[in-house]
Amino acid sequence: MAMTDITPAAVLVAPPSRFEIARGRFLKYGFGSPLAIAISIVVFAILGWIAWSFLDWAVFNAVWSKENVEQCGEHGACWSVIDARHRLILFGTYPFEEHWRSTLAAIAIVATVLLSCLPAMWQARRLAILWIVGFATYYLLMEGSLLGLPQVTTDGWGGLSLTLFLFAAVVLLGMPMGLGLALMRRSEMLIVKWFAVIIIDTFRSLPLVTTLFTAAVVLPLFLPSWLEGDKIWRVIFGFALFFACYQAEVFRGGFQAIPKGQFEAGKALGLGYWSILSQIVLPQVFRHALPSTINMVVVTFKETAIVTIIGFFDILASGKTAFGTADWAPYYIEVYLFVAAIYWVFIFSLGQYGEYLKGRMALSER
Amino acid sequence: MPTADVLRKKSKQRRLIIQGTLVVLTVLAIWGAVSNAQYNLTRLNMTSGFSFLDRGTGWDYSFSLIERSINDTYAHTLLIGLLNTLFVGFICIITTTIFGFIIGTMRDARHPAVNLAATVYVQIFRNIPLILQAIFLYAILIHMGGPRQAMSLGDVAFLSGRGVMLPGLNISPTAAVVLLLVSFALVIGLIVAKVALWRGLAIWFVGTLVLTLAAGHVLRPAGEALFTIPSLQGLRFQGGISVPIELFALIVSITLYGTAYIAEIVRGGLSQVPRGLVEAGQALGLSRASIWSRIKVPMALRSIIPPLGNQWIFMMKATTIGIAIGFSDLFYITVNSISQSGQTLELILLLMLTFLAINYSIAIFTNWLNARLQLKEH
Repeated sequence: MAMTDITPAAVLVAPPSRFEIARGRFLKYGFGSPLAIAISIVVFAILGWIAWSFLDWAVFNAVWSKENVEQCGEHGACWSVIDARHRLILFGTYPFEEHWRSTLAAIAIVATVLLSCLPAMWQARRLAILWIVGFATYYLLMEGSLLGLPQVTTDGWGGLSLTLFLFAAVVLLGMPMGLGLALMRRSEMLIVKWFAVIIIDTFRSLPLVTTLFTAAVVLPLFLPSWLEGDKIWRVIFGFALFFACYQAEVFRGGFQAIPKGQFEAGKALGLGYWSILSQIVLPQVFRHALPSTINMVVVTFKETAIVTIIGFFDILASGKTAFGTADWAPYYIEVYLFVAAIYWVFIFSLGQYGEYLKGRMALSER
Repeated sequence: MPTADVLRKKSKQRRLIIQGTLVVLTVLAIWGAVSNAQYNLTRLNMTSGFSFLDRGTGWDYSFSLIERSINDTYAHTLLIGLLNTLFVGFICIITTTIFGFIIGTMRDARHPAVNLAATVYVQIFRNIPLILQAIFLYAILIHMGGPRQAMSLGDVAFLSGRGVMLPGLNISPTAAVVLLLVSFALVIGLIVAKVALWRGLAIWFVGTLVLTLAAGHVLRPAGEALFTIPSLQGLRFQGGISVPIELFALIVSITLYGTAYIAEIVRGGLSQVPRGLVEAGQALGLSRASIWSRIKVPMALRSIIPPLGNQWIFMMKATTIGIAIGFSDLFYITVNSISQSGQTLELILLLMLTFLAINYSIAIFTNWLNARLQLKEH
């Protein structure tokens, strides 16, 4: 009945667009009072000055190619060092003619990570297959002997490819270990539970570098020689255990979000422990734990940089080598910025994706 | 059809078998590890035990808060490493908490410029590995040249490739650390006593200032001025407090990185305060500053303290990257001791136990703080 009171013009007024809302807020809070205007002017001026000085140095006055290295001066960046040494930074000491393998292998890992971001992949089995295939692709390409290519042992791996390898190996190994620890911690069997509690709490209290150092240097003392393995695999195992202890707590948070009634309903239906877990509980746990899991993955990517301390030739170490010769030594800032930018792109994009998911899941739970 | 009793008995048996297997496997693993270690140690001709702690070390390192010489025993050198770790960790905990609250509040602000500045800061420093930031900063500082090319800040503070020279009280480092601890205890006391924020800040500031000046007056070397100010004389600086470049780079980089993390924790806590409470404050006619200090922060603290405690523990652990820039923290001293004395197992065990003790202390402290700040339910 009230419908007839509404004039056509009133119906046609559209809600303000996102942009208009943002602009309105910007003007209201940024320029609404004399104090707000003063703050805006000062802060924007400082930010603008910083951005301008940086661009002035990094872009406008910069020298880009290695042929023009004599032109490098005081006032601009000398990106010639990247032009000349980028292969060393990205691939480390990997044989020069085989760099294409290292490139493809790195792409395989990046593709694996990107594909895992698609909701269509969010099933434990699909993710497991994806990561195992991605990791195997990497290993076969880098090692080479199984594909009939010249063999390159792990000592020869380096640069960005090594960083990506450590990252993928740690996540791939650590994820099931974390789930196992989380299940053990929830167990009704006291010995099993306390076993998990002690391991989780101990590793979480130790700095990562101590764990890695122990795995690399101390562990061989405890192991019979047939179990020693390569240093890189021991470090990956130690790192994965560290990851698993944090990830177990993430899973525990996911378990706590599941009402106890669901376990009981499963039992009443006559399902066994493993059926209840795999059919009812775990799919929900994974869903709840997803944002924190992504956060853990991001942190793990960042922390792979620690391996440079125990003597691995990751991208940080290969960057150091890149300006290690006398003619490139003055341009260490450019190299470090290049390495930092690579890390930043990876970590920032993964982090933003995590934020997006968190927002999406908050919406779906309203 | 088995009866319930039979099923129950079976389930009990299964549990016994699983737990028994776990115990047996653990014991076997430990036994295997120990016997291997014994075998390897006898092969390498090493004696195990802690008697090496009384031997002199014979090597030098970059930084110590207390007197040292290269003839110190291993025990004394490790103690210096522990003090360095605690010192850096503690300073970083204080700086990151203060800056984190400031940047976090800015992230929560409605003002677009303030918000943007804080966001840019957080996104840059949180997304680059800490160790890269530390090495980068150290490289920049080390290239700054000698005292003659030092950057000067109003002729009282200087930054050069040799270190940072700051004006300061004429007291020993130990006294300064004690002062720092007393000031920190005052903060905790004020928080636990639930003194209003601005008044608490005023009490803390005045209290710390009076205490510092009094301590400086009493403890200074006889006949010298209250403050010591660095000045360039010839090729080196005289007076002032000299902060080695490694220490400075480590503190600054952990602070930059940790601040970004704590800012996110603070922002999360502030954004969880129900809007209704803020609106109630507005309805009462409270100023924005009062709403922040009397409603938002006290409410937010309850959800901030637990993750903040984790971040403090992280800060203590983060001091171990000092080894990458040559700062003599506990990990650095331990690794050096291992390579010099060969007592790998004992030293690693000491290192782990120390970190467990430090982190459990922080955890107990934050739990206590959290319990004191919870809302009393009637």
